[in-house]
Amino acid sequence: MNRFLLPLGLFVLLAVVLAVGIVHSPTKGLIASPLLGKPAPSFSLPDLADPSHQVRSVDLRGHWYLFNVWATWCGECRAEHEMLLKVQLAGVVPLVGLDWKDDPAQALTWLKQLGNPYQAVAVDSSGREAIDWGVYAAPETFLVNPQGIVVFKQIGALTDEAWTREILPRLAPPRAAGS
Amino acid sequence: MAFAVGALAAVRVACAVDTTQLPDPALQARYLALTHELRCMQCQNESLADSPVDLAADLRRQVRELLLAGKSDQDVRDWMTARYGDFILFRPRYSLRNAWLWGTPFGLLLIGALVCWRVVRARTALLASDDEPPEEDGHA
Repeated sequence: MNRFLLPLGLFVLLAVVLAVGIVHSPTKGLIASPLLGKPAPSFSLPDLADPSHQVRSVDLRGHWYLFNVWATWCGECRAEHEMLLKVQLAGVVPLVGLDWKDDPAQALTWLKQLGNPYQAVAVDSSGREAIDWGVYAAPETFLVNPQGIVVFKQIGALTDEAWTREILPRLAPPRAAGS
Repeated sequence: MAFAVGALAAVRVACAVDTTQLPDPALQARYLALTHELRCMQCQNESLADSPVDLAADLRRQVRELLLAGKSDQDVRDWMTARYGDFILFRPRYSLRNAWLWGTPFGLLLIGALVCWRVVRARTALLASDDEPPEEDGHA
């Protein structure tokens, strides 16, 4: 009996290690954001539609919002755009855009041609704001709660799956979730 | 020959990803050390110093500004990890979360030593029983 105990134990240990590896493999390339559970960076940046006006994080306090980092040079953002329009149509949570190191004129044309899903778009011409959010590849989307805490981050295009499985359940008020 | 070397050096400078020159040589040395030990998040296997992508240039600018503002090397590392996590450090920190990574080799060594000890003990027990008088077999 004792002879088999050690190999069996090692086998189980190896199986567990490999199982954990397999379960985690789809997200292996993604880097967990240290921002999750922490306050979103505060910002005050020029509004794309009207540069004399500022998009400010303090004005966003008190309700949920999706913070979507995009740019016209980003191909994946174009693929994502349709999903963003769907989110706007759903009308559950406003989208706030961050136009990352982009040409404002091109960004405006993009929104005119493809439709504008954003409540407001902040312009980050220097790329400093994106760094504060830990952005490393557009598109990235953050879900921020009414207290200004980042509760979810989507790296890459926002998908139907992420919307229904990650974002909507978090938005649902506790009463509705309980019933 | 000297001309060729000079031309090559000129090419090297022109091709260098990062041509930053900080006013203070000590600061420049710290800047180079830091940009070589921070990861470019976009290419992931290159350091900030080696990467030609835009984001790496922006992060180098941040390192430069933090150093010029008088921050310590550790302040710069903390600033980066607060935004990008431990992954940005090429030289991992010791933390409770990755303690198993550091500990596993020693654990394996311990297991190996244990197995080794048991095998040696079993062999010596076998040798000892061989030494015993043959009538033992008759009893069994």
